[in-house]
Amino acid sequence: MKLLTLNFLTCAVKTCKSSSDSFPLHPKDAELASDDVEVNPELLVNLLPRLDWKALKTTSAELGFPQLPDSPPTIEQLQSDDKLLKDLHSLLMETNLMEGKLVCGVCGHEYAVREGIPNFLLPSHLV
Amino acid sequence: MLPTPSTSHVPYTLVYEPAEDSFLLLDTLSSPTSLTFHTSHFPPSSPTPLVLEIGPGSGVVLAFLTAHANHIFSRPDILTLGIDINSFACASTAKTVSLASQDHPTTSGEFLSAVHGDLTSCLRGRQVDVLVFNPPYVPTEDLPALPERLREKKEGKVTFEEESKLLELSYAGGKDGMETTDRVIDSLGDVLSERGVAYLLLCAGNKPEAVKQRIREMDNAGEGRRWKAETVGTSGRQAGWEKLQIVRIWRE
Repeated sequence: MKLLTLNFLTCAVKTCKSSSDSFPLHPKDAELASDDVEVNPELLVNLLPRLDWKALKTTSAELGFPQLPDSPPTIEQLQSDDKLLKDLHSLLMETNLMEGKLVCGVCGHEYAVREGIPNFLLPSHLV
Repeated sequence: MLPTPSTSHVPYTLVYEPAEDSFLLLDTLSSPTSLTFHTSHFPPSSPTPLVLEIGPGSGVVLAFLTAHANHIFSRPDILTLGIDINSFACASTAKTVSLASQDHPTTSGEFLSAVHGDLTSCLRGRQVDVLVFNPPYVPTEDLPALPERLREKKEGKVTFEEESKLLELSYAGGKDGMETTDRVIDSLGDVLSERGVAYLLLCAGNKPEAVKQRIREMDNAGEGRRWKAETVGTSGRQAGWEKLQIVRIWRE
């Protein structure tokens, strides 16, 4: 799973969803892999306005990537700063979470990630 | 005609094999009228659309949408995601999409992940711009449950009973074939973004006219907006009835 996926996922337990702590999920014992993807500036420019930047900053810090700025770059910054563009591309498009767990900040449930596929099926007592 | 993604690596004893319903989705989603709709709904410089398929199975539809993004959405910058309750389908989908994507690098969107999950339960609210669902639509006495042992990725051999249960999950829809589909319809207001659109496959046994009417009468479309539900693709006429149809659902 691309790291970017974490910007769209939350805890599957119904009662956790109303709490802001259920997003983003926190990676644990993460094994990452990097894909070689061609840089697509247009994709990044159009992606920025729909990202939850704060959540991305948290995810990125928890996985040990260089710290992201507090607010998202403007389109102009992205277009003029080649390093920023490449860093974001590498983080969002090339970084894959292959093994590990995703932990909910509310209920503490750990969702396993195996061979790049997270498992969000809950044990019957949590459904 | 856009090429159909290869699914020759998919184990059809465990995962639904592409059939008439899958191909109807491919034809409908890539039709000229769909392209016109997508182009006006997701103009080129608007935020990158997120495309979700629920129950992608072999991954043939999601791979098609990903690989041919530029032909279907008139922009290659889309993100795609698949959620399936069958872990073998998740693995199949990931492979089918990535192979198709490699075959069409200049028109392909970006595949995020296959997720092992129950419908949309793991998604943040109101993020999905295009939702595609080829549901378990066959009317059946009971709705099958996933065997407890298969809630986690299975090591070793899958028994014959487990195999049939997995395939049953892909087609058995319970009462009117609508029990699972109704859960998805009820969640649309929370799952779709403001500009979101869903493509839902129905068979004649689902009573499609009543389903569309129920969707139009849902009251969670937001201030001053109504739910729209229109048939945009059909196949297999039987005694004057369309056997299968694709319904497009959105707010306007």
